Amino acid sequence: MIGPFRRRRIVPTDPFRPVPSLEAAPPKARPAPTREPAAVVRARAERRLKFTAGCFLAAFMTVGLKMGTIAATDAREPVTTRGAGAAIVNARADIVDRAGRVLATNVDATALYAQPHLMVDPKAAAEGLARIFPDMDPEVWHRRFTSDSRFFWLKPNISPEQQQAVHDLGEPGLLFGRREMRLYPNGPLAAHVLGGYRYGQQDVRAAEIIGIAGIEKVFDDELRDPAREGAPLRLSLDLGVQSAVESVLASGMRLTNAKGAAAIVMDIHSGELIALASLPDFDPNARPRPLLEGDPAEDPLFNRTVQGLYELGSTFKIFASAQSLDLGLTNASTMIDTKPGLRVNRRRIRDFHNYGPELSVTDIIVKSSNIGTTRLALQIGAERQKAFLASLGFFDPSPVELIEARGARPLIPDRWPDIVTATVSYGHGMSASPLHLATGYASLLNGGTRVQPTLLAGRPSEPGPRVVSARTSAESRLMLRKVVTEGTASLAEVPGYYVGGKTGTADKPKHTGGYWEDKTITTFASIFPAHDPEYVLVVTLDEPQVFAAGEERRTAGWTAVPVSAEVTRRIAPLLGVRPDFDPAHEAAAAYLAAAR
Amino acid sequence: MRPFLYASSILSVVALAFWAYGEGYKTRATARAVSHLSTEIGRRHEELAMLRAEWAYLNRPDRLRALAEMNFERLQLMPLASEHYALAEQVAYPVVRDASWADGPALDEKLEAIATLRHEFGADAPPALIAPPTLADDGEQLP
Repeated sequence: MIGPFRRRRIVPTDPFRPVPSLEAAPPKARPAPTREPAAVVRARAERRLKFTAGCFLAAFMTVGLKMGTIAATDAREPVTTRGAGAAIVNARADIVDRAGRVLATNVDATALYAQPHLMVDPKAAAEGLARIFPDMDPEVWHRRFTSDSRFFWLKPNISPEQQQAVHDLGEPGLLFGRREMRLYPNGPLAAHVLGGYRYGQQDVRAAEIIGIAGIEKVFDDELRDPAREGAPLRLSLDLGVQSAVESVLASGMRLTNAKGAAAIVMDIHSGELIALASLPDFDPNARPRPLLEGDPAEDPLFNRTVQGLYELGSTFKIFASAQSLDLGLTNASTMIDTKPGLRVNRRRIRDFHNYGPELSVTDIIVKSSNIGTTRLALQIGAERQKAFLASLGFFDPSPVELIEARGARPLIPDRWPDIVTATVSYGHGMSASPLHLATGYASLLNGGTRVQPTLLAGRPSEPGPRVVSARTSAESRLMLRKVVTEGTASLAEVPGYYVGGKTGTADKPKHTGGYWEDKTITTFASIFPAHDPEYVLVVTLDEPQVFAAGEERRTAGWTAVPVSAEVTRRIAPLLGVRPDFDPAHEAAAAYLAAAR
Repeated sequence: MRPFLYASSILSVVALAFWAYGEGYKTRATARAVSHLSTEIGRRHEELAMLRAEWAYLNRPDRLRALAEMNFERLQLMPLASEHYALAEQVAYPVVRDASWADGPALDEKLEAIATLRHEFGADAPPALIAPPTLADDGEQLP
């Protein structure tokens, strides 16, 4: 048996075998093929036909099913096809305010580049460009165009008119690249929050947009993330309020001859920043270069609300009194010795006026007595004072979503002797930013729970850890209200809004040490309405000076307070706070009832 | 019978082949149209983004404030103030000429004007009347 894999043995042919004769043998009669029975043949043919028909049927049914599926599915907008997809992936997400109004968006722009090896007439090209762009030197560019380089970027962003003019030069070596440009349609409005951008990696087809300051830098990765699919970043700012605050602040700055000004409007319960203004400001569409010489605090890029670390003066007094009340050391009407001549660590503590032998805790705040708060603070002690200020966030950089805030760590003395305890109780000896102050006021006065400042809208806000009791918070609000009705901030009154707040005037420190005699930083930190607070407003003016009632005035009561009152008058209706003229809200009982 | 069957099946195969050929071309044409449309959609998206930016630019608060000041005589737009809030009780009832409640829907045709109290100008201030605008014969509103 020969298996399929075995080679067939070759049998040699026998040479002696007789050759068969050429005459063909008569053909053998082949047996007639036996015909299969017709029935079998027919059955087989039928089987084959049925099989073929089945195949066709299956094929047509597949096609039909597929068509049915296509017809039955809903049409969907294509998201990953060429044209639309490219736009979505490349675009940096917009930034909008809390009502969805655009603060930053992208528009198409054109970049100009040159490929000298394609040029027909480099000299004419250089001269033509110099006519269109006056800052381009024709000789320099002629030299470059005739060098061996094959590529030059000429302009990152040109207008359609300039593009047409370059096109009209008819030079094939001058080419246009596609760009997206970041546009801040509101100009300098909220410039310090938005920051600015620059181009990163660039190519003739597209360029990368990178945030370099403010919220653009903090959320750079999120804004560039294609997975967002262009969903805008919603900030807590309100465009209308921000605009009103900036315009009032600018006029206030002019009227008080101040060098700079800052204002913060914060939701007292959630910590959302409704407006954040710092003047002088800049246009983020054409962000200036940082100043290389002079005081960095005079740079328009300097964000006074978060980077400006100032001694905030008497606005700190409410923290000393609130802690004293909360610890049960005093109550609002406990009389405190305020006789002049108090010395701490051999330094004398002075008051603006002599307020007589003793004042109640409320009157210490209303009249702003340094001696009174010093006594309260010494009774509290350094450790407890430090712990309390730390719980209000005064010892750490503000957690707000601005890149500038991370570098602005409050200036805290290393050692904490009694004299520091005393001076910190009235806001000297440590520096913090106005945003820290706003956060501290919000935490203390919203009922006593810590808030975190934020620039993002719609964060779920749960009450933070408790800082003081609700009763202390209510009593502090009443004290601040009395500062306006009876004390140093009488100009802050806005009918119907029950403003309560505390003034603060601090001498400006010299760079060489010591303090300026005639330069102050004035602050007014306020809440409205005081009986049921909704918003915190902090206004700070840098070196204000007004001539009023017969003399030069530099105190907060004459400078920051009227500006703050005007801001409140403008923004409270915009924020939807109803004016309320019910005199019952002035009663102490109303405040205490709110605490329950 | 059989030749007829053969002929008809061949004809139907030919017809189906024509149909399938046509469908193939139609499918390719549709695919091309879809790709054109999605390019068009992408372009429209860009256009929309541009228009949105332009809208934001034209509605920037600085410009609106300047426009409101320029057109103050005509529009009398003022910053929103606390006096602009009022209670529902402070809104006066409409001045109605000889109307009774039985008039039903016809009542509002008889309304002449709505009077609002201007309490911020004092208790004796005369109410302001807000009357519907006078229409010209062709229905256009006269200034």
